[in-house]
Amino acid sequence: MILDHLPALQVVVPLMAAPLIVLLRSGRAGWLIATLVSWFALAVAVMLFMRVQSVGVISYAIGNWPPPWGIEYRVDALNAFVLVLVSLIASVVLPYARTSIAAEVPADRHYLLYSMFVLCLCGLLGMAITGDVFNIFVFLEISSLSGYVLIGLGRDRRALHSAFQYLIMGTIGATFYIIGVGLLYLMTGTLNLADMTVRLAAVEETRPVRAALAFITVGLSLKIALFPLHVWLPGAYAGAPSAVVAFMAGTATKVSVYVMLRFVFGIFGVRLVLPDLHLLDMLMIFSAAAMITASLTALFQKDLKRLLAYSSVAQIGYITLGLSLANNDGVTASVAHLFNHGITKAALFMLVGGIVLRVGTCQVDALAGLARRMPVTCFGIVIAGLSLVGVPGTAGFITKWHLVLAALQDGQWWVVAVVGASSLLAAAYVWRFVEVAYMQPAPADAVTRSEAPLQMLVPACAMVAACIYFGFETSFSLGGARDAAAVLLGGLR
Amino acid sequence: MTVGSHYSYWVTILLMIAGLYIVVARRNLIKKLIGLAIFQTSVYLLYIAPGKLIGGTAPIIAEGFTVYSNPLPHVLILTAIVVGVATLALGLALVVRIHEEYGSIEEDAILEIAERETTAQEQGGDRA
Repeated sequence: MILDHLPALQVVVPLMAAPLIVLLRSGRAGWLIATLVSWFALAVAVMLFMRVQSVGVISYAIGNWPPPWGIEYRVDALNAFVLVLVSLIASVVLPYARTSIAAEVPADRHYLLYSMFVLCLCGLLGMAITGDVFNIFVFLEISSLSGYVLIGLGRDRRALHSAFQYLIMGTIGATFYIIGVGLLYLMTGTLNLADMTVRLAAVEETRPVRAALAFITVGLSLKIALFPLHVWLPGAYAGAPSAVVAFMAGTATKVSVYVMLRFVFGIFGVRLVLPDLHLLDMLMIFSAAAMITASLTALFQKDLKRLLAYSSVAQIGYITLGLSLANNDGVTASVAHLFNHGITKAALFMLVGGIVLRVGTCQVDALAGLARRMPVTCFGIVIAGLSLVGVPGTAGFITKWHLVLAALQDGQWWVVAVVGASSLLAAAYVWRFVEVAYMQPAPADAVTRSEAPLQMLVPACAMVAACIYFGFETSFSLGGARDAAAVLLGGLR
Repeated sequence: MTVGSHYSYWVTILLMIAGLYIVVARRNLIKKLIGLAIFQTSVYLLYIAPGKLIGGTAPIIAEGFTVYSNPLPHVLILTAIVVGVATLALGLALVVRIHEEYGSIEEDAILEIAERETTAQEQGGDRA
């Protein structure tokens, strides 16, 4: 009985927890509730994922209003995968967050932070699970507004301005999206994703539909931080509290990519997207530009968080590149990279959070000889860094390999060259950290060993271990992505 | 189908472009937010105007009511208005905090201070 309501519980429980945390006004209780809620969300997501594997698509009519009139929650292989990713990262980051947040945010704001955290989680899960295009907008705004608050809670005053910039850019993106949805609604008279796909066939050659495609793509690209619309991202990631970045870097942009996948393949279909609009060609060029320029910029960053933020922009390029190839391997690589990059970047930001706590800064130049002081943290960063580069045996390799295969299948040799060049640049910026931490002598006052506290180190190392684990055991990441790609491309062929 | 008969769209487009222009062109944070609000308002009109039929009534199933206006856009926009208000409120709250911390709401001045802090931090890193 309760199993039938899993799709609703996935979203409702975090939504209810947020006001509860505010009412309790206690940082510790807030953290406890947020952690339990994230574990519950993970359990629900895993159950949904398994049910989708066995019984296929799950459709849930909210309030028992049958779709397409009511809002439908629709879980298939693609969004079950995204739900697991989002709730997994939340449930690893939250146990970590307690110590990290205590050090970085004034105590009287803790309960508000945890409240916003679960609200953001709720928004992201909602975006992924819903089958209604307007509902996606509402959840997008729930996750974004709580995200602006979370970033604004950073200890540095520059975080406030970053949060404001993100608010402006994010709202423009969301408004573009809603303009596109409005045009689609005018043309089709429906807001249900599945229904819209069917009805759009009759009007797909009309100008409003093309304008809608343009608005939605640009709007979502802002949210994804696709080059050159990424300017909000480095500031936001550099300023926000470490635990918040670890969560948002692994999830927020990824869920927007999911929405883009849905629109490009699910709604507009390659029929409209491919032939004369050259949308995918443009995406490919911007993705390649992101992979090269953002990696180059990362190379010259002096702040470790900022370096990783630019690296995120580059990695988003890989994801959209796979999308733009629009073949089976490409979309599989794209979806799998959502997961693999999500865990890799979360691991890195969690470890950097430990450095911020112990050293007080994450300026690369201040970290000389850090390996002697924090050997486990540094080793973790190296391992996760290797996954970022895409060394065989790590999660990052799996997706890059499939991306290269997809490009070869398409005969796009230059894409292979770009992937190679971007990986070399990634190796160079990871090496910068290695050189400073391992090769340079530590200042005399900083040779005593002081690792980050265990509450932070254990979740971070678990995430690093996952980077290795998913480098060998690919039945979830790659298998799930393959099923997802089949869902996306299945309607087209 | 003359240009005049679709004047609501012209108003929508005007508001949309004007709002977006203000966001991009103004350096004052409050003015940016005003532009953002105008931009969002244009969307309300985009949804509501086509939902109205001239001579249409509320959708009531009863005798004498044959031509209905579509009520769904109104409901959607009610939600969008709430989102817009929340965004504006949060934006203004951030501006208040920015003003407390930086003593200015002009983006150029804030960026200058932020830039100086970043450089100072980096040089601090060099010394260490």
